Amino acid sequence: MLTDADLSALWLTLRLATVVTLMLLVIGTPIAWWLARTRSWLRGPVGAVVALPLVLPPTVLGFYLLIALGPNGPVGGLTQALGLGTLAFTFWGLVLASVIYSLPFVVQPLQNAMEAIGERPLEVAATLGAGPWDRFFTVILPLARPGYLTAIVLGFAHTVGEFGVVLMIGGNIPEETRVVSVQIYDHVEALAYGQAHGLSAVMVVLSFAVLLVLYGFRRRAGLWGAGAAPVPEHRS
Amino acid sequence: MPLLSAFLLLLVTFTFASTAAAETVRLAVAANFAGAVEPLTAAFRAETGHDASVSLGSSGKLVAQIRNGAPFDVFLSADQAKPEALAASGEAVADSRFTYAVGALALWSASKDVDVNNAAALRNGDFGKLALANPRLAPYGAAAVDVLKSLGLEDSTRPHWVQGENIGQTYQFVRTGNAALGFVALSQITVDGKRPEGSAWIVPQSLYAPIRQDAILLKRGAQNPAAEAFLTFLASPAARTIIHNFGYTTE
Repeated sequence: MLTDADLSALWLTLRLATVVTLMLLVIGTPIAWWLARTRSWLRGPVGAVVALPLVLPPTVLGFYLLIALGPNGPVGGLTQALGLGTLAFTFWGLVLASVIYSLPFVVQPLQNAMEAIGERPLEVAATLGAGPWDRFFTVILPLARPGYLTAIVLGFAHTVGEFGVVLMIGGNIPEETRVVSVQIYDHVEALAYGQAHGLSAVMVVLSFAVLLVLYGFRRRAGLWGAGAAPVPEHRS
Repeated sequence: MPLLSAFLLLLVTFTFASTAAAETVRLAVAANFAGAVEPLTAAFRAETGHDASVSLGSSGKLVAQIRNGAPFDVFLSADQAKPEALAASGEAVADSRFTYAVGALALWSASKDVDVNNAAALRNGDFGKLALANPRLAPYGAAAVDVLKSLGLEDSTRPHWVQGENIGQTYQFVRTGNAALGFVALSQITVDGKRPEGSAWIVPQSLYAPIRQDAILLKRGAQNPAAEAFLTFLASPAARTIIHNFGYTTE
């Protein structure tokens, strides 16, 4: 039922979502930590910027990214100066776009989990002589674990479900930027509804399985009493 | 809660305020015709007093929408096959179909410094990305592949291809400089018969099959006098002058 092109789109999508999720965990952790702890007046503006992709239509992100990544745009100028060429129509261009697009889905659960920990466990750890890194790895990480699991699942799932931004900066290149959502769109536009059905069914089953795991886990996390993060509202 | 009541009042106003008395024709228009359709509808309004609303998209998507009940009266396709298919399945009025424009293809760069003439830049292979519309979906994309085949450049340029979902997006890729070159519709880079930006090679018609674009009256528009009026206007000399100004020919 699925053609080679469908399978390659599926594989590309999973690869993209994995790379993006890993990068988001690295980038999202310090941002979430800062947002959870700071008393700076910048907390509001930074939190709003992080949440922007929740509100902005993907066409706005895609349009600005297309201009920014182009040879005359700020990002395009930088990547060209570094000898990397331009990022539009490449896998790494999609990674950059997806990191921006899925950022709130990772930062917000982490931030909520970190806020739920409170000051006390950290003060106790400090009294016992734990340094900042020690406190992070032995107190914060274990206590924020439900937040991390939510963040991983949501970051991954949201990247898999991405469409508008990819359509605008992807260029539909096999094995490079033609992800599942774009492949399905192509099938529908070409009036090949049979093929569209096949691939769409795979996506429905996959998405359901991911959410089932997430909600199953959150119930258990609730029993442990640690701060399970609420799921941000989804739009695409 | 004065704020809440004001908001609700606003909602109610928006919900019920949209119905006006004049006849409106709803047009489903292929993306390549975006530039021309705007002055056309303006002239149509001035001449007939009817109103026209325009929905742009790729022909394939518009057909799918029409088949699933989209409220369009007239369909301006980028090809002949799709209006034919709609007529065959009884979703359009067969004898209303005519060719409103014949499209032309151009190889275009947004930069003045690129030598596009006779595909010189494509031949020496010294360029980044080549944008074309998805040949599976868009007639202008299929024509672009025809041209590359005729020139014997299909295989050598394939690694450079980036495909737009429709010709509008293909233009966007070149316009923003993300693709150095692209096959676009001549209409997209033509303003009042001139080409204001970049450098272009108007591809000789001998290198690809003519892009005949047909219009057809849809089932839903058969009862709408504005729809009939628009098709009559579209075939008039005044409309043809506007269409020619955008680089199309007519038959």
